[in-house]
Amino acid sequence: MTVSNDEKWINKKISRRDMLKLTGMGVAGVAIGASGLGGVMKVMGYDVFEPVADSTTAVNKVDFYGKHQSGIITPVQTNIYFASLDVLFTSKKELQELFQQWTPLVVRLMNGELMVDLTTNTRVPTGDTGEADGLDASNLSITIGVGPSLFDKLGIQHLKPEELKDLPHFPKDQLQKEFTGGDLCIQACADDPQVAFHAVRNLVRTASGKVEIKWSQAGFNSFPAGGGSPRNLFAFKDGTVNPSSTDEKDLNKVVWVDKGWLKGGSYLVARKIQMHLETWDRTSLKDQEATFGRYRDSGAPIGKKKEFDDFDVEAKDSNGEYIMPDTSHVHLARKSGARILRRSYSYASGVMTNTGTHDAGLLFISYQKDPAQFTTVQNSLGRMDKLNEYITHRGSAVFACFPGVSKGSYIGEALFNAL
Amino acid sequence: MKKTSLLSVLVAGGILMTGCGNTDEAKKEDKPATEQAEKATVDLSVETAAYQKFALEQMDQFLLETEKFVNAFKAGDIEKAKAAYAPARMYFERSEPIAESFGDLDPRIDGRLADIKEEGKGEEEWSGYHKLEHALWVENKTAGYEAIADQLLADAKELHALVQTVEVSPDLMITGAVDLLNEVSTSKITGEEEIYSHTDLYDFKANIEGAEKIFEILRPKLEAKDKDLVATLDEKFKAVDDLLAKHATANGGYVSYEELTEENTKALAAAVNQLGEPLSQMGIILE
Repeated sequence: MTVSNDEKWINKKISRRDMLKLTGMGVAGVAIGASGLGGVMKVMGYDVFEPVADSTTAVNKVDFYGKHQSGIITPVQTNIYFASLDVLFTSKKELQELFQQWTPLVVRLMNGELMVDLTTNTRVPTGDTGEADGLDASNLSITIGVGPSLFDKLGIQHLKPEELKDLPHFPKDQLQKEFTGGDLCIQACADDPQVAFHAVRNLVRTASGKVEIKWSQAGFNSFPAGGGSPRNLFAFKDGTVNPSSTDEKDLNKVVWVDKGWLKGGSYLVARKIQMHLETWDRTSLKDQEATFGRYRDSGAPIGKKKEFDDFDVEAKDSNGEYIMPDTSHVHLARKSGARILRRSYSYASGVMTNTGTHDAGLLFISYQKDPAQFTTVQNSLGRMDKLNEYITHRGSAVFACFPGVSKGSYIGEALFNAL
Repeated sequence: MKKTSLLSVLVAGGILMTGCGNTDEAKKEDKPATEQAEKATVDLSVETAAYQKFALEQMDQFLLETEKFVNAFKAGDIEKAKAAYAPARMYFERSEPIAESFGDLDPRIDGRLADIKEEGKGEEEWSGYHKLEHALWVENKTAGYEAIADQLLADAKELHALVQTVEVSPDLMITGAVDLLNEVSTSKITGEEEIYSHTDLYDFKANIEGAEKIFEILRPKLEAKDKDLVATLDEKFKAVDDLLAKHATANGGYVSYEELTEENTKALAAAVNQLGEPLSQMGIILE
């Protein structure tokens, strides 16, 4: 098989029937020329940079190509599978090849297609593991980012943005190594848990020997029929003060990086926060509301009527007391003056073996143009936050999520152009 | 221990072949890949003969070494029996795709108490190597187990005789190589194979060697189809071998599983998984 023939195949959508013809499998007993099969395997396999377009017919589909990666201002889906990976290689070239290999596969996953066409040979495992077969795209979004450790590992520290560094230690942090850090992240969000998991599973599988999963977390969100923000496992609405996904100007202020190779990208902060449900559940409603600074039922700030009502954090009642308690979560967060785009998911992962309590909580995820925005909020919460009594931060990671990909390009190209 | 038998592989293949003849057109539309693949024929008779020879040699050695082990055991020489235990088992583990293919014999020779119980049987039905392992390492005695030792030797002889009649198929080799790795991934790396002697790394090494032998036999055919795959497999086998070598002892054996840290087992498991992915592609030569 010559190179030019390979290219011809790549540029053409090959149906299963064509494949049978190409490989001569339509005729029983015909031996296939060795080099010919090699060519076919390249097409069916993972190691070909074959541009794939966003499907125009797929239902429940989020587009891959665009100015920004999907999964940041994409309307929040019901499920997440978040994976933090370590790379096993040490060269920039291998990282570039990995992203080139992943790019067409990610588009296919987001199109709701099999990631790799079925092979004609049933004596080898299938290229796609298959559990999403028959499910539609389910609004799958894939967001890929790089962590600070990656730059050190590959010897490209000079390209590490100064903003990209491990978060400082915060009061009451109890970080565990097994939920912290990572060289790369894949955030897969979808309106179906299996579609989200399938995406991560298959991307990791195709990168066998190149990456390993350091930690991962599945999560869920449920949206009230009447609209408004989803409730976390403490039953309070989460994400109310997010910037609007249509307010370009505001997003530029809060979310999108505007300089360097990361221009058009964003920093992702992930925190695995255990929520002590048992202690929360024996707290009176009044105390719960004072802890958050909102009414549980409506989500309105204390002293207000509706979830999205604006409030003055410094407002006091006739007795000179803060209307929204000054130790409440919302009070302290607002007082910090910093803003972030929250995109969190709840998790329930079984039982804590040492205490027998629920292993449940929040996979907190936020996007911001500088991780310092998150740090400012978290420092403001500090030791004061009444919510601290009910939560423990167990995991932490920060990633620089690439800008969007235009057709013909690949994930992270801007980084490699900067090399 | 694995329950997939060679016989079932052969029988299943036969049924599929027969099925091809009377399948109607509509069904062919549904599953062209499966049926077409069944029809393809590739001559691997040299390779299957080479593997058969290897397996028979392993079984010869297995019988000899089992005899030595049983003799030491029956003589009440606990130290000598312990020393013979793991090396003898390696011959079995190396040729496991074939050794395990005889329904009752595999559990009788290689059954763990957990497997026996899982099948709803009582401890009294437990026999073979692992029962003697328990006697040696946990009870520290041989008295009372002579009959079990005799039975083990008789079973090893029966296995040896049966293996002479096995016909090796290409499927058996290719599936067998991956199965050997899966054995490592599911029981050896967790220390669940040798829970009393903790000699899991011997089995680990033997399983890898068994898979590597199949790869070596198929190498020329693989080279003709996909040179990159061969290079990758060379590299991944070496990675596993190098990691294992770190845990070798001066006398040619391996350290106890209990000496491995979580970091050690994780590194070994990752290397095996990274080998398993490309190894599972060896089926390309069947097309």
